[in-house]
Amino acid sequence: MKRRTLLASVALAASLGTAAFAQDDPTKACFVYVGPIGDGGWTYQHHQGALAVKEAYGDKVEIAYQESVPEGADAERVLTQMALSGCDIIFTTSFGYMDATNAVAAKFPDIKFEHATGYKREHPNVSTYNARFYEGRAVVGHIAGKMTKTNKIGYIASFPIPEVIMGINSYFHHAKMANPDVELVVTWAYTWFDPAKEADAARAMLDQGVDVITAHTDSTAPLAEIAKENGNAWGFGQASDMAAFTTNDDGTPGPRITSIIDEWSPYYVKRVGALMDGTYEQVDSWAGMPEGEVVIGPMNDAIPEDVKAEAQAMIDAITSGEYHPFTGPINKQDGSAWLAEGETADDGTLLGMDFYIEGITGEIPQ
Amino acid sequence: MIKLEKRPQPSRLWTYLAPLLAVVLTMIVGGILFSILGANPVEAIRTIFWDPLFNPQFAGYSRPQLLVKAGPLILIAIGLSIGFRAGIWNIGAEGQYIMGAICGAAAGLALYPSESVLIFPLMIVAGALGGWAWAMIPAVLKTRFGTNEILVSLMLVYVAENILASVSSGLLRNPDGMGFPGSRNFKQWEAGHNAELIANTGMHWGVVFAFIAVIGAYVMLTRHITGFHIRLTGEAPKAARFAGVNPARIVFLCLGLAGALAGLAGLFEVSGPAGQITIDFNSGYGFTAIIVAFLGRLHPVGILLAGLLMALTYIGGELAQLMLGVPGASIQLFQGMLLFFLLGVDVFTNYRIRIGTREVA
Amino acid sequence: MDLGAINPILLIASIMVSATPILLAAIGEMVVEKSGVLNLGVEGMMITGAVVAFAVAVNTGSPLLGFAAGAVGAAALSLSFGILTQLLMSNQVATGLGLTLVGLGLSSLIGKPYEGVKAPSLPRLDIPVLSDLPVVGRMLFSHDIMVYLSLLLVVAVWAFLKFTRAGLILRAVGESHDSAHALGYKVVRVRLLAILFGGACAGLGGAYLSLVRVPQWTEGITAGAGWIALAIVVFASWRAGRVAVGAYLFGGITVLQLNLQAAGAQVPVALLSASPYVITILVLVIISARGMHGAPASLGRSFHASN
Repeated sequence: MKRRTLLASVALAASLGTAAFAQDDPTKACFVYVGPIGDGGWTYQHHQGALAVKEAYGDKVEIAYQESVPEGADAERVLTQMALSGCDIIFTTSFGYMDATNAVAAKFPDIKFEHATGYKREHPNVSTYNARFYEGRAVVGHIAGKMTKTNKIGYIASFPIPEVIMGINSYFHHAKMANPDVELVVTWAYTWFDPAKEADAARAMLDQGVDVITAHTDSTAPLAEIAKENGNAWGFGQASDMAAFTTNDDGTPGPRITSIIDEWSPYYVKRVGALMDGTYEQVDSWAGMPEGEVVIGPMNDAIPEDVKAEAQAMIDAITSGEYHPFTGPINKQDGSAWLAEGETADDGTLLGMDFYIEGITGEIPQ
Repeated sequence: MIKLEKRPQPSRLWTYLAPLLAVVLTMIVGGILFSILGANPVEAIRTIFWDPLFNPQFAGYSRPQLLVKAGPLILIAIGLSIGFRAGIWNIGAEGQYIMGAICGAAAGLALYPSESVLIFPLMIVAGALGGWAWAMIPAVLKTRFGTNEILVSLMLVYVAENILASVSSGLLRNPDGMGFPGSRNFKQWEAGHNAELIANTGMHWGVVFAFIAVIGAYVMLTRHITGFHIRLTGEAPKAARFAGVNPARIVFLCLGLAGALAGLAGLFEVSGPAGQITIDFNSGYGFTAIIVAFLGRLHPVGILLAGLLMALTYIGGELAQLMLGVPGASIQLFQGMLLFFLLGVDVFTNYRIRIGTREVA
Repeated sequence: MDLGAINPILLIASIMVSATPILLAAIGEMVVEKSGVLNLGVEGMMITGAVVAFAVAVNTGSPLLGFAAGAVGAAALSLSFGILTQLLMSNQVATGLGLTLVGLGLSSLIGKPYEGVKAPSLPRLDIPVLSDLPVVGRMLFSHDIMVYLSLLLVVAVWAFLKFTRAGLILRAVGESHDSAHALGYKVVRVRLLAILFGGACAGLGGAYLSLVRVPQWTEGITAGAGWIALAIVVFASWRAGRVAVGAYLFGGITVLQLNLQAAGAQVPVALLSASPYVITILVLVIISARGMHGAPASLGRSFHASN
């Protein structure tokens, strides 16, 4: 308790100090990243969002960030230092920062904290935000079902957490609707980022006849591996557009036929804007295609026109809210009913998803 | 012709001068690095070395944090240094640190949600035992088969990392964690929490143990017969044997001590600052501690200072990133340079430069 | 589960590719350790090689020039380790760890402008006639040139250590630097050359990651490959042939477990990933129990002529 009041008074002093200049003082938005901004995937996209904030508000905002902050003890220190340095709003962009975010938020009630992908909002100044990536998986799942010649599609999974399982189910469900004969192969890489291992995972699936692969890991290595199949296998950009693989050097369509882009800019711009004009409120945001947070990248010419049109129609339906990717009838893997005809999944079930849907073989590792 | 000549005794002057020279050199070269990266070099160096200690905005918070960051480094490095003095090269402290954390955390979590006051002491014992047991593997193999302990202890780091990955998404996973890998958070369980002993000082049990270890090691090495045996074994193994020192006993003692201290460091970290077992909970303290041990010249007081210096560059580096926007990688490079300079100028402590041919062949 | 889906020919072919970076780094480190020097900075040298190779390959359009530059760049970095440990007598363990820090930091600074850029690709070199053979053709003879080069390097190192005078001197230096010095050999010079060679090999390994395996530059691209290379040298008990076996085993376990997963088998991943290290420890125990000294006797000890 003592520590809390002491630190709070430090924070108070700091905010009083700046209050005098409050009119000209820019709003300071700070970002904590789990990886380097050059990872080309997860952190890169968050940083693009940070840059968009700067772009949108110019001199009225100041941004600061810290890269490669380990989850755990270091995160709490980095967050406190940010709070002391005069940040007005702090975005913590990895699940592992959840407890640290809430702990630091308790000490600095005047500073807003935004935690990505978590579920704990223990204090009024903590908001959480996430994106409905499963909407993107639905679209690429449909494309995968249409594109596969071997009827075997693959998913490079990272860790068996609800987020990933949700993605697998959505991908398979839509592939299956597009192509009833499709079979799904899942490999668990147990990493978010290890280019060589991701390449090995893609290679293992390609060698076993899988010809369309999506990844839940961050590097471009799977796409480069798929490229070696010379147009007989396809993949998707993950987290960022990975546009370098859209077209081969000889001008033929590259292995990246489209991509699922994490677009954090709209959310970041909106939240910092709300803070500046005084309309900021605590939220639990889980936005997707309608809000522009999940974006399907440009489709290349490897995708036939009719499939492009179907995919676009699905994007439009999800964006307008007409279609929910988890709409019944869907059974669980053991055949028991999950969603009845026309029923849509509720967010609670999705966020705690720990089961495969019917048709997926294999078990979720424990 | 420039020649190095070994001093009969390490130079006292250079013992103190060398670290200062290294820091100055690092500041100069680091300053050049930061100015290439477009930052004001003076400001960058000041942010790293000065601000965590004296900047009114941060110092109140970051000074105690120096202890939090340095605590585990010092604790591990003290254990390692005793082995290094005896010529026992345990470079697997990272693995012992992980196993200490896992065993300590598991012992505590097995009794969740009891609020008994005995839980934390139990965790401490289990943590020390876990690290000790992991270090006993190279010790037994060395004494029984003569297997090289450098390599065995290093291999065991990888094994421990795999065990960590397995338990954090399996055995120790938080049942209320929505399936995410990672254990329960000790900060939310008073009986198992290694909290600050005095609010806002950074002092937790790990820091207390680190100070005790420094004093204990100092007394043992300078005043106790065991310390003498350890030094003798390192400096003159044959003489040690004649003096009746049992080499196997020294191996068990040194590795066991290093393992137990590393295990303790892991336990204090997991139950305190880190809060939970996660897949990448170990952030390289076991390896950084090797650096700290050498920077401190294997002397307890030196290690204490080296640990604090290392912690300063971490925290100052974070501030430099935050306030000046220099890339995280430049801080890593800066730390590497500091280390290189410290190791490099150390040559003057033990050697003197001679220009011209040597007088005695 | 459908284990029949695993094609052994393709499996071996992909193990060969996947093991090449660690093989290159490990064979270099083996020579370094044979000379009595323990350089723990393999990870730092590899990643430096990876970034330098990528930058040069992108700017010149030639992957081969990239490989050469990666080797030179990493060797240059290893020289800092050489100067510190050989001329200034610093501790090898601490210096090696420092080298890793420097390499990781330096590489990401160099690499900033190259993020998201695509590398020119290294063509597959189908060896004429041989690559058309059934089974072994696809398995062994249709890889890119670096795969063959890595194997060639293993043979060359083996022959060098076994048959040449220079190889003998190198081993003598590693076994007993004092005796080697007494015999008039230049201990420091031999070790510096070995360190440079080790650096160049690690650089090639890193280059293979950034130019062929991934092929793109991203920070942290090596993701621990350098540490695996260190383990392989120990596993191999400092013999060139066994380094190749070790690299294929270490690389193979990852590839195999992913293949098993893709075939639908439930795999205890953590157990499998830990197994090469456990095997390495067992190998160490066996060789030491037989009374053979596995490691070069002077490994990790500093040398000064006045000692």
